[in-house]
Amino acid sequence: MSYLLRRVGFYLFTAWAALTLNFFIPRLIPGDPVKSLISRYQGQLSTDAINSLYVLFGIDTHDSLWDQYVDYWKQLLHGDLGLSFTAFPAPVSEVILDALPWTLALVGVTTLVSFALGTGLGVLAGWRRGSWVDGLLPATTFLSSVPYFWLGLVAIALLAGPGSFFPSSGGYEPGLVPAPDTIFLGSAVRHSLLPAATILISSMSGWILSMRNMMVTVAAEDYITVAHAKGLPERRVALNYAARNALLPNVAGFALSLGFIVGGTLLVEIVFSYPGLGFLLFRAVQAKDYPLMQGIFLVITLSVLVANLLADVAYLALDPRTRKEG
Amino acid sequence: MAIPTSSIEQVIPKQGAMAQPAAPRRRRWRFLANGKATTGLAVVVGYVLLAVIGPWIAPYDPDARSGELLQPPSTQHWFGTTHLGQDVFSQVLVGTRGVMLVGLLAGVVATVLSVLVGVTAGYLGGLPDDGLSALSNVFLVIPALPLIIIVTSTITEAGDLVVALVIGFTSWAWGARVLRAQTLSLRRRDYVEAARATGESTWRIIGFEILPNLTAIIASGFVGTVIFAVMSEITLAFIGISSVSPWNWGTILFWAQSQQALAQGAWWWFVPAGLAIALLGTALALINFGIDEFVSPRLRSGGRARIRTADGRTVRMRVGFTPVLAPPATVPAPRTKETTDE
Repeated sequence: MSYLLRRVGFYLFTAWAALTLNFFIPRLIPGDPVKSLISRYQGQLSTDAINSLYVLFGIDTHDSLWDQYVDYWKQLLHGDLGLSFTAFPAPVSEVILDALPWTLALVGVTTLVSFALGTGLGVLAGWRRGSWVDGLLPATTFLSSVPYFWLGLVAIALLAGPGSFFPSSGGYEPGLVPAPDTIFLGSAVRHSLLPAATILISSMSGWILSMRNMMVTVAAEDYITVAHAKGLPERRVALNYAARNALLPNVAGFALSLGFIVGGTLLVEIVFSYPGLGFLLFRAVQAKDYPLMQGIFLVITLSVLVANLLADVAYLALDPRTRKEG
Repeated sequence: MAIPTSSIEQVIPKQGAMAQPAAPRRRRWRFLANGKATTGLAVVVGYVLLAVIGPWIAPYDPDARSGELLQPPSTQHWFGTTHLGQDVFSQVLVGTRGVMLVGLLAGVVATVLSVLVGVTAGYLGGLPDDGLSALSNVFLVIPALPLIIIVTSTITEAGDLVVALVIGFTSWAWGARVLRAQTLSLRRRDYVEAARATGESTWRIIGFEILPNLTAIIASGFVGTVIFAVMSEITLAFIGISSVSPWNWGTILFWAQSQQALAQGAWWWFVPAGLAIALLGTALALINFGIDEFVSPRLRSGGRARIRTADGRTVRMRVGFTPVLAPPATVPAPRTKETTDE
């Protein structure tokens, strides 16, 4: 248990560090891009809204840095991320909440599938070195060297288009109203097939490669030789003895590479105009909507931390050593 | 490339060739005997060459407009033209310099930082180690791309230098973590203890006893960071965050996307830049495979895995498990034993 507690402590610390970073970035940069935005919307903004933006971005305050910092935290803990300029006058938190489920579904499903498929292929490639799966490696390396967004562009050019089964943009048919019925869900699934396939292809090869290398290393261990010598079936040795032990570093790597995958997913969303956080971030960047950008960064970071914690729980279940030490 | 392409951390416990002191002279070029590494190096050298001479050999000025709008590839315009009649081939050539510059510079910055943080933490141990490890873990967990986007977009008109620095300062953590682990295991080796006993200064021990043995890890970390930096830079240009006036491959894709190249069927506009990125990324990844296999020979792909024995059976060769080729009559049939389960 103390392992888990230590991890939770670490993630709380990281969350604090990210939020503090978020506090300092706009204050370290000379010039006041936000101020000019505020003055543009001067007439439409309420005093409260202006105040909250001032606190978030540290404009025009004569308070000490510490007081600003305390105010900033107070405001964040109230869930107030300021007002979005692109979706004016909606608050940032509302805009993000609309987009979050899309990204969560897309990233969650594709990441898990990619991890499972990649690890499985890696087991095969590592166990049967020199077989056709091993020959797959150069191809997957090439695919993973292609930027996510470019693969998306190519997929649109080749597969989507007028009259094609795959829609080239959006998250659902334009006329539909988001509701939990079959028509809407079917449309949403159809719209996410291409983005999901793009992410899958780009992210899978990392898992294949690391799992293969781990399998190769583990396959030379004595306990594998013993298992062979005992005459256990090949499958059993490969899965229960080798793969099970080779899996641990991959699970640990899963947590670490999550941030990377999320970054790639944001890009795929941009290419497909998928209504998730990535596309939102893209529009925020184009409109120089700083409050929205900062809010999205915070939400993404916190989500990645939570996902990391889940991966740690999985690791705890897989590796008995973490449970034993006091 | 979900996981950083190096698997060196995974082979650390085994120590492999890492633990050996400097190689004798005749083995100095053995690294190049590896086909993957040589191919990768050759391609990267080609790119560096293009980065230097690209602007001179480009057939057209990449900004110059002409009357030939959106032309498919032809003998005059090898990669076709844009909506303004600009030559895509020249844009790719001229853009190579920015891409390589940012990639290499960010790689150097991140590598220096990771060596400083990782080796210091691993060698000193104790409180500095706890602090530095926490720092690198924080940077490891915070998603890098959104952070880079936030920082770069706050800086108005971010040029190549700024982009390289931002990427370098946010992507050193992985290397630091790997280096720390390896330094930890090196610092208790006999030769380091001997150096300490003879009264060598801490900095001399780190610089002359420990660092040379970390060369492979540092190199592979550098290559990995360059891949990441190139991708990030192109991404920033593609989203339109960094300044779009100097040409790089991301800028080309940015214009292609914003001018609806896809809808107009102008595949030549975005395919060359993407392939250039993919080829560079593959070459760098190949170098990393080469380094990995150099350090840990086990990872090499074993030639023919199946061999046919004299009596016609096939045997699968495997590291760590050597099949005994005995006459069929004397081979006990292992599966018939009942006591072998677990």
